[in-house]
Amino acid sequence: MKSLLGIAALAIGVGLLPLFVESGVWINFVMMTLYAALLAQAWNILGGFGGQFSFGHALFFGFGAYVQAIAQLQWGFNPWVALAMAGLVSATVGLGVGALTFRYGLKGSYFALVTLAFAEVFRIIAVSVPFTGAGVGLMIPLKESVGNLQFESRVGFLYVILGLLIAAMLVTWWLQNSKFGAYLQAVRDNENAAQAIGVNPFLIKLGAIALSAAFMGWAGAFYLQVFQYIDPSIAFGPHTSVEALVAAIVGGLGSLWGPLLGALALHLLSDLTRNLFGSLPGINMVIYGSMLIVIVMFLPRGIAGIGQSVTRLWRGKRD
Amino acid sequence: MFDFSILLASVLNGLTSGAVYALVALGLTLIYGVLHIINFAHGAALMVAMYGVYELYNKLGIDPYIALPFMVVGMFLFGYALQRVIINRASHGKDENILLVTLGLAIVLENLALLFFKSDTRTIDTAYSLTTIAIGPAFIALPKLIAFAGALAASAILVLLVSGTDLGRAIRAVSKEKQGAKLMGIHVEHIYAMSFGIGLACLGAAACFLLPTYYVNPQVGSGFVLIAFTIVVLGGMGSFAGALIGGLLIGVVESLGGLYLGESLGPIGVFIIFIVVLLFRPQGLFGARA
Amino acid sequence: MTSRRQFVTQTAAAATLLAFPMVGRSQPAPVKIGVIHPVTGALAYSGQQCRAGALLAIEEINKAGGIKSLGGALIEPLLADAQSQPAVGAAEIERLNEAGVCSVVGAFASAICLATTQAAAKYNLPHVVDVGVADQIVQRGLTNTFRFGPGYTSVAELAVTNLAELNKSAGSPAKTVMIIHEESLFGSGTANLLQKSLPQVGFEVVDVIKHANPTRDFNNIVLRMKSLNPDIVIPANYYNEYALLVRTMQQQKVTPKAIYSVLGGAASSYKFIKEFPDASNGIIDCNHWFNPKDPRSQDLKKRAEAMGLFFSYELFMTYTAMTLLADSINRANSVDREAIRQALLSSTFSSHIMPYGPTQFIDGQNIGGRPLMTQVLNGDIKVILPVEYREAQPRFPIKA
Repeated sequence: MKSLLGIAALAIGVGLLPLFVESGVWINFVMMTLYAALLAQAWNILGGFGGQFSFGHALFFGFGAYVQAIAQLQWGFNPWVALAMAGLVSATVGLGVGALTFRYGLKGSYFALVTLAFAEVFRIIAVSVPFTGAGVGLMIPLKESVGNLQFESRVGFLYVILGLLIAAMLVTWWLQNSKFGAYLQAVRDNENAAQAIGVNPFLIKLGAIALSAAFMGWAGAFYLQVFQYIDPSIAFGPHTSVEALVAAIVGGLGSLWGPLLGALALHLLSDLTRNLFGSLPGINMVIYGSMLIVIVMFLPRGIAGIGQSVTRLWRGKRD
Repeated sequence: MFDFSILLASVLNGLTSGAVYALVALGLTLIYGVLHIINFAHGAALMVAMYGVYELYNKLGIDPYIALPFMVVGMFLFGYALQRVIINRASHGKDENILLVTLGLAIVLENLALLFFKSDTRTIDTAYSLTTIAIGPAFIALPKLIAFAGALAASAILVLLVSGTDLGRAIRAVSKEKQGAKLMGIHVEHIYAMSFGIGLACLGAAACFLLPTYYVNPQVGSGFVLIAFTIVVLGGMGSFAGALIGGLLIGVVESLGGLYLGESLGPIGVFIIFIVVLLFRPQGLFGARA
Repeated sequence: MTSRRQFVTQTAAAATLLAFPMVGRSQPAPVKIGVIHPVTGALAYSGQQCRAGALLAIEEINKAGGIKSLGGALIEPLLADAQSQPAVGAAEIERLNEAGVCSVVGAFASAICLATTQAAAKYNLPHVVDVGVADQIVQRGLTNTFRFGPGYTSVAELAVTNLAELNKSAGSPAKTVMIIHEESLFGSGTANLLQKSLPQVGFEVVDVIKHANPTRDFNNIVLRMKSLNPDIVIPANYYNEYALLVRTMQQQKVTPKAIYSVLGGAASSYKFIKEFPDASNGIIDCNHWFNPKDPRSQDLKKRAEAMGLFFSYELFMTYTAMTLLADSINRANSVDREAIRQALLSSTFSSHIMPYGPTQFIDGQNIGGRPLMTQVLNGDIKVILPVEYREAQPRFPIKA
């Protein structure tokens, strides 16, 4: 199908990139964009497809990062094994949060705020408990090898993040083309109606949050491998939560390519403003914030929504 | 573990801190109650208000308490304009877009402040900044007591406004039933902007009460946002009494939590309350069932 | 305010001047150095102070004729903003690398330094760490990393030794200690060290209190202080929280025998003593400080103040880091990265304004680096220890 071909093209395109591009700046840019796309793609599973906006997705990110660090530092696991564990643990945390919040029927802003609270609670716990290194954080030692999931050049990391993103996109494609995905979107659009036709919203939403959390956890583990240091505010702080949801919304909720487009647009914007106006601190961020408002003003359905609007105009349909 | 005088001081301190939080939350609860938006720019707006108070004191020598009426009016106009001109236009009424717009606004405001005022922390030193009043064995800073009184007054004014005036009736109508209100001839856009303006006016008052014992820098607002949301939820979204009582309660919980668990682990009590309230009583203490 | 605008115009002018060497003379190619700091975001103040220090150094070096061994080549700073995030710091290093810098100075915050030194190591780009006190920065085996100033371990150790000495010469009036620290890397690390070493010199640590950044209110911590009544209070935190703590202590009328800071955020800050002359009186700090006997440090202080800036540690630490780097480039006779790295490695740089022992880099750390003990006396910050730099007799305890 067209989407699958698109995903394959992305994989091949980025995969071949290092053969033609040697610039560290560009490889790093692509890597960080794919990373942001993974964050957005993970958020999109629950937010775009599931209709549950989470403001505290960093919770799963942080768990992934800490598991990745602790598994290596304290239990001596190989980083690849730790990676698997990170995803699993995050998914479990997702199930836990989901079970609690969906059981009590939290939706909309209430759900958003409770996820924010969970992230903050765990940030405070991480700061206080020696197990996570408390405020000092955790650092994994530098040892570059494929077996140790550390690479001398960013290219190695580029392939890892590409793999994770492709996996997330395939899952998203599956959501668009499977029964589970259809049920999820039905629950998003009208939970009562979905229930009336025999769908179990609770289980469906649980599945979505588990998937979403797993990918956030892998993103967290990836972050740790690249930067080798994690502390409670990087892990559970609002920065990552916001990055995930902004890219997903700007890109276009509930779409396959939205997260990637959103991540790309925002990264380009932020890099451009930082480099053009670096000498007067603050101006670049003012422009970034203004552009965010402008994008939302003119693209209310996100970037992926442009395609939809164009198609609609073309076919003569009215909104 | 702690003797009575320490506990009393901690509780009183919590009440006065809570009063300031309540002032911040009053505005947020109105904005949420009427516009149904989670205003990410609330912290940045508080920061703007605080710089306003700072400049009035620094450049014109106006004492923060005297500046109160100017700040309230100024922030009201600022809020009205923001909602009418930017937020409403940009978001086309979609929830997730409003979120992004207020987020973008927060970034813009914070960095404009960085550009104009640079990043250093500013404080004001008024004659009464260090004055304390003894209440029993405890010393409570005078500005904080004034803040407490201010929060009570502000809540009372807001409750009167919303229940007793035409504007208040219109606001309540719009928040309950937008379409119906429109059909009744209420200009919804105007009411939205009025509500946003009043919400920010509360921040103007909060800033006047906060600056004598605190400081201002471009990031100062972000420390209040999370606590303000907690109070709004605890008190009930859209309820002023809830915001006041919720604020005082949260202030005391935070203070006692800090006393017993330390200032790092202490806030956990606040968020656990937040989660428990959201799960078991999402309408909060005084809110209408969602 | 005019001083602010002056600073902006001056910086812009300086940067322009440095970027475009005079036309018409056969000037050798400028030496490009990356200057990376968090000038926006949560750490903006410190980042901007650091950047100012770097630019002051470059201005001075260029005025004196640039890098002599390269024919008077002028230094051209390439400014980078780490936006208070490690990931952005790393991305900016990539950009600086491709822009052809021969070396980098930065990045103030330890977490950001961890990311920038690692990113720079990929290209064997020499990275001089200006502040970043976490010891992990120089313990990772990265051969491109050089830190001129001391890390928090050596600062904490010296602080403990000095406290014991001060106490003994006053007849040992102080027995109990309360440590108040900020919760992240620098505060927690310092507090851990203090907690272990203080009992070994005869002090009893009655409480260790951690607090968040930012903390809005210190009343509870001060109340605990009141109930535990320690002889000495040791804060290790950043400026805003330090200032709030001390003000709250003043409000609540809590006066320990001494406030003894280790890397205290406001304890040896001209800004703090100007804004809070009463609260700051008598506070002792063990922190980065310049050599008070070197007249050049007073010159630098005047230059900074003329630009409307406070002469803070960020400023003179980065200034010094830049002078070290310039000296090494001069000795390397080239802008080749490996040559500069070797020059740094073998550096015995002594023409600086810091009160350090002989310069020697071992595993990236200058073992000559050390803090000084200062005390706020009569509205000014005076060095009290070590004796060879003493400007005033220490007042210990400040309250009997």
